[in-house]
Amino acid sequence: MEYSQKVMDLFENPRNVGTMDENDPDVGTGTQGSPACGDVMKVQIKVESGKIVDAKFKTFGCCAAIASSSLATEWLKGKTLDEAATLKNSVLAEELQLPAVKVHCSVLAEEAVKAAIEDYNTKHK
Amino acid sequence: MKLPVYLDNNATTPVDPRVLDAMLPYLKENFGNAASTSHSFGHTASQAVEHARQAIANLLHTETKEEIVFTSGATESDNLAIKGVAEKLASKGKHIITCTTEHKAVLDPCKYLESKGYEVTWLAPDKYGRVSVQQVAEAIRPDTILITLMLANNEIGTLHPIKEIGAVAHERGVIFHTDATQAVGKLPIDVRDMHVDLLSMSGHKLYAPKGIGALYVRRRNPVVQLVIQMHGGGHERNMRSGTLNVPGIVALGKACEIAAAEMTDEHAKMRKLRDRLEKGLMSRLKYVKLNGHPTERLANTSNLSFAYAEAESIFMRARDIAVSSGSACTSATLKHSYVLDAIGVSPAMANCSLRISLGRFNDEADVDYAVEKLARSVQTSRDLNPDYETHLRLGILDENNPDTWMPSEEQCKALCGDKFCCRRNIH
Repeated sequence: MEYSQKVMDLFENPRNVGTMDENDPDVGTGTQGSPACGDVMKVQIKVESGKIVDAKFKTFGCCAAIASSSLATEWLKGKTLDEAATLKNSVLAEELQLPAVKVHCSVLAEEAVKAAIEDYNTKHK
Repeated sequence: MKLPVYLDNNATTPVDPRVLDAMLPYLKENFGNAASTSHSFGHTASQAVEHARQAIANLLHTETKEEIVFTSGATESDNLAIKGVAEKLASKGKHIITCTTEHKAVLDPCKYLESKGYEVTWLAPDKYGRVSVQQVAEAIRPDTILITLMLANNEIGTLHPIKEIGAVAHERGVIFHTDATQAVGKLPIDVRDMHVDLLSMSGHKLYAPKGIGALYVRRRNPVVQLVIQMHGGGHERNMRSGTLNVPGIVALGKACEIAAAEMTDEHAKMRKLRDRLEKGLMSRLKYVKLNGHPTERLANTSNLSFAYAEAESIFMRARDIAVSSGSACTSATLKHSYVLDAIGVSPAMANCSLRISLGRFNDEADVDYAVEKLARSVQTSRDLNPDYETHLRLGILDENNPDTWMPSEEQCKALCGDKFCCRRNIH
């Protein structure tokens, strides 16, 4: 697979790898995908006063999957929850110049982000 | 050791320098058309072709060299054999027996024939990828006209019991074809001893160039007749028209001569290297599963699933190691390997599989480099996997029981029932 420099950089040196405490009330966790499909992404956000102050991820998947989810966590940091909810996979796919066959990885990243936001919101209903 | 290290010999092999040397004159001064019987240019070419034909016949232990037909490769040989027999014997019957793990060059012609009104029995192999003689025997019907089963599987290396199957086929009067692409030059093959009627082979799997192959067509006991697929001049005794690829044929002949002489030693070397590779990886890593038969397989092939580590992420990070994979992420169609599917490997484990296939030009340094880089990369991929962390923490992984590795959604729910294990929305 021919990947862009950006993908390879994020793949080989992924930013924000890690795990937050799911039980922490300030943390939202979103997991999407399945090992059978070859892609599992877990995105976590730490929210303070409506702003995402930290984001972490862990991913089972190819270079594009790891790069997409890592980039998503970079993108999230500093955004408000409302801003974060507007994330579109195309933003990630364009920045990473994903080949057509790998665009679905960015879709999964968008879904994982939205699931994390939804989880946080559910905890704070 | 040259980087990248090439460990994908089942995909294709480098051209052996001796093969290149043998073929070059036929790309230079000996450029004649082998069919030009009226001058020395043609004679030179024709003699070289017959010499090569004999070398191939010797390697396969055919009765005569005239039983070797040159083609553009194993795919063409498979098409000629399968369609050729099916069309010839259509009035006798339209039932064909094959296996789900065959190469696409066999599966697709069979599917094509199905669309034309033939009936195909797709035998299901066991969990190692083998079909049994009994399975084949039970599938044979009065209207069965062809059995086609590969000698060695390209993905997992598993060997079918070809000789025993051939015996049954002959007993029951059914033509038996084998796609031996991965086996020729690696294992001794005697088409008469193995009761084989048709055999496909390809140059680029045995250190000759791409674009050349052959089909063995038995001429006695029984006489195998085919409906020809290539019309246009009647070359190869009308079996396959088209100006002969003389340089390719010379190369193939030389490659077969080398194989005949060196196969035994090479087989032993491949086995040692492959075992070194597998021992190296399994001593460094847990949760590694071999796909394919442990002993009845090609000596050079190692298909391994590294639980919790997606295949593309493993080899891309390892860098400088050329292997292939059964992962959906590395296929053009985003589907995981149908061969692994057919032997019961879960999609998750298929997505973690690498096929490592050694060859003549690999050595211990290559293997050791690969072991080191792959082992570290697998570990990193696992450290990045959210499920690996969770499953370890929950204590569901038993290193001696692959069924506990990468459990499915249902298995997970049953195992932990904890919403923080597998809570996810499947897309």
